[in-house]
Amino acid sequence: MNTVKLTASVLAITVASSAGAFARDNIQVAGSSTVLPYASIVAEAFGENFDYPTPVVESGGSSSGLKRFCEGVGENTIDIANASRAIKDSEIETCAANGVADIIQVRIGYDGIVFASQKTGPDFTAFEPADLYNAIGKQVMKDGALVDNTYTNWAEFNADLPDVEIAAFIPGTKHGTREVFEEKVMLQGCEDTGAMEAMVAGGMSEDDAEDACMAVRTDGKSVDIDGDYTETLARINSNPNGVGVFGLAFYENNTGSLKVATMGGVEPNTDTIASGDYPVSRPLYFYIKKAHLGVIPGLKDYAEFFVSDEIAGPDGPLAQYGLVSDPELAETQAMIADEQTMGAAQ
Amino acid sequence: MTDASATPAQPSRSRSLHQTDANTKRRNAKEGRFKALGLGAIGLGLVFLVILMFSIISNGAGAFQQTFLQVPVYLDPAKLDKNGNRDPAEIAKVSTFGYAPLLQQGLLQAITDKGISTDLAKASELKNLISASAPNVVRQQVIANPDLIGQTVTFEVLASSRVDGYLKGRVKRDQIALDKNISVAQLDLTDALVKEGMAVKKFNWDFITGSDASESRAEQAGIGTSMIGSFFMMLVVLFLSLPIGVAASIYLEEFAPQNKFTDLIEVNISNLAAVPSIVFGILGLALFIQFGGGTLGISGLKASAPLVGGLVLTLMTLPTIIISTRAALKAVPPSIRDAALGVGASKMQSIFHHVLPLAMPGILTGTILGLAQALGETAPLLLIGMIGYIATNPPDGLISGFVDPNSAMPAQIYEWAKRADPAYYERAWGGIIILLIFLLSMNIIAILLRRKFERRW
Repeated sequence: MNTVKLTASVLAITVASSAGAFARDNIQVAGSSTVLPYASIVAEAFGENFDYPTPVVESGGSSSGLKRFCEGVGENTIDIANASRAIKDSEIETCAANGVADIIQVRIGYDGIVFASQKTGPDFTAFEPADLYNAIGKQVMKDGALVDNTYTNWAEFNADLPDVEIAAFIPGTKHGTREVFEEKVMLQGCEDTGAMEAMVAGGMSEDDAEDACMAVRTDGKSVDIDGDYTETLARINSNPNGVGVFGLAFYENNTGSLKVATMGGVEPNTDTIASGDYPVSRPLYFYIKKAHLGVIPGLKDYAEFFVSDEIAGPDGPLAQYGLVSDPELAETQAMIADEQTMGAAQ
Repeated sequence: MTDASATPAQPSRSRSLHQTDANTKRRNAKEGRFKALGLGAIGLGLVFLVILMFSIISNGAGAFQQTFLQVPVYLDPAKLDKNGNRDPAEIAKVSTFGYAPLLQQGLLQAITDKGISTDLAKASELKNLISASAPNVVRQQVIANPDLIGQTVTFEVLASSRVDGYLKGRVKRDQIALDKNISVAQLDLTDALVKEGMAVKKFNWDFITGSDASESRAEQAGIGTSMIGSFFMMLVVLFLSLPIGVAASIYLEEFAPQNKFTDLIEVNISNLAAVPSIVFGILGLALFIQFGGGTLGISGLKASAPLVGGLVLTLMTLPTIIISTRAALKAVPPSIRDAALGVGASKMQSIFHHVLPLAMPGILTGTILGLAQALGETAPLLLIGMIGYIATNPPDGLISGFVDPNSAMPAQIYEWAKRADPAYYERAWGGIIILLIFLLSMNIIAILLRRKFERRW
């Protein structure tokens, strides 16, 4: 019985002391798993160079990060949300309803999305959006008519592509990458092949046609990967004919096993993405709660450190890892220095 | 019909025991086949175990070795202390980005001094050889001891994960054509550095004791901090589930009346033991984090805190402990209870003085096995934020160990397996080895306890 009493009192003390004495002194960040590597690189360097504790960085996805961000103001809420897409109007409204009115939007750079296959596999070296649409779209143009997708080989619609079975591994719908893939590749391919025109001519409204263009075939030729790029890599490694969607940074860390394809004739690398020549890219952001500046120690220093030339510039560790640095970094720096919120910028 | 002479010849019923007939042969063959199948099953199991152990050890052994570089660095006063007054506050203003070029310059100088020929003429081209963690090693020492400025000091720093991978055979020359983090010239230089003794592989204590690192520094990452996280979680599990579990079992086994209500409880305990662990994670998220931490505002209960992880794992471990404790109590012969009651002990005295001590080995074994199961559990931790969190800060005290965000060993392994740099893959396997050692030693302790204290009647 003594142990029981002892345990009870130890726990009571622990809970009581933790309930009272905790004023948070570390920065808390959550959000996109795409931004996580960059945020953790910055957090680590921040902890080394400043007297503040190393910020706590969690992943979980852009949407869940922004949801937690919008829960309210106070020590129990996160200070920064990382996102691989811009915040939505509906999220801004939720935020405002919970008292998070002033949000600072920081664009840290761009992320490229690449199409890669096994290094020793068939020659997937050049794609057009139309090719990918024909391969994995739900409804495609065949002999001038809109039909359900029955293509089984790449060479069936483009003789330049290898004559092997279609096996595409694309990010699942919970990934921010999927949205970019749909908008920049599927929609484009749908327009290029004339499928969109045929849909509209068939009596669909423009919006419905766009949605139909983004639909993916469900007969197993295209596989949604809900896990991370490592899972896509494992699928590609076990299937020589597989084509997978990766982030540029992931590809650059695995050039030994992956071969990248050009999109629209442009090879993906930091230069072509920064210049906008490579079409499939997206900006990466983080969002700061203005109300927490000055309350959570080091928050502004962290934000300034993140976008400083040493970190986010073209020669910094983020670019080394695979981030395409933002040509307008100086403006972002000035914006943080002035604590300019989103409303003020618009 | 009555003609008896027409009876067919009976088969001879007389047979020798030395001669096996067809029926016996068939039965013996059946038994032989069954034995062979059983042996085959065990053999197959062993083969898989060997394959598993081989792949774990061959993939993970590399994580226990790490390449270090010996770099003599000239701590240039012009860069580190411009005003020359050795004021620690001013020296601290030079960030790690100011130290990186000094390291590269130092390495280049050493290469030139040793007469190693290389195509890499510029100091900045040596950047890929040195770990990104190295500047901080130098900076911390300079801040701690500003008198070093102006001297040439030899530092032992980590080599980058690519160099380390090359020396371990993971990074191959024919695969790096497109890799911007390493070049063939840099690998040639690595070979030369090894020959000169400037790059050495050593046992990597930091892997066992260190903290997690960001994705650009696989060479620095260690499992130590998440080990502490696991330790605090296990403390919570032990101090909650053991007393609660034992008290519940004693009541159910010794005091509770046999009725529908206790039957219902028993069925539920057995069912709970079979509930998938992810369900406990969802429960923990809703009950502890959202209700306890959010609605009630208890600030120790928050995502990623080992306290919450421990509470969730307690829920998961309780049924296991209750079931094994009840089995241990049942195994104590009734004569012990009867004898105690017979000499005038109260029911409570008979249980706490006689039954419980005799059941203790069984209870402890069940508890340790329950803890081992909880230690290796990943699924519930997914939902309470212990995965996807970078465990870089070791806790700085007892309370901080319970409530400050941390990871746990299986969560850390999962996290590493997801990362882009292949060097992390090796570390994930290394982490599995450490986790297995923990599980194995806990199981051995359980077996030894049972062997030593078990009583037979």
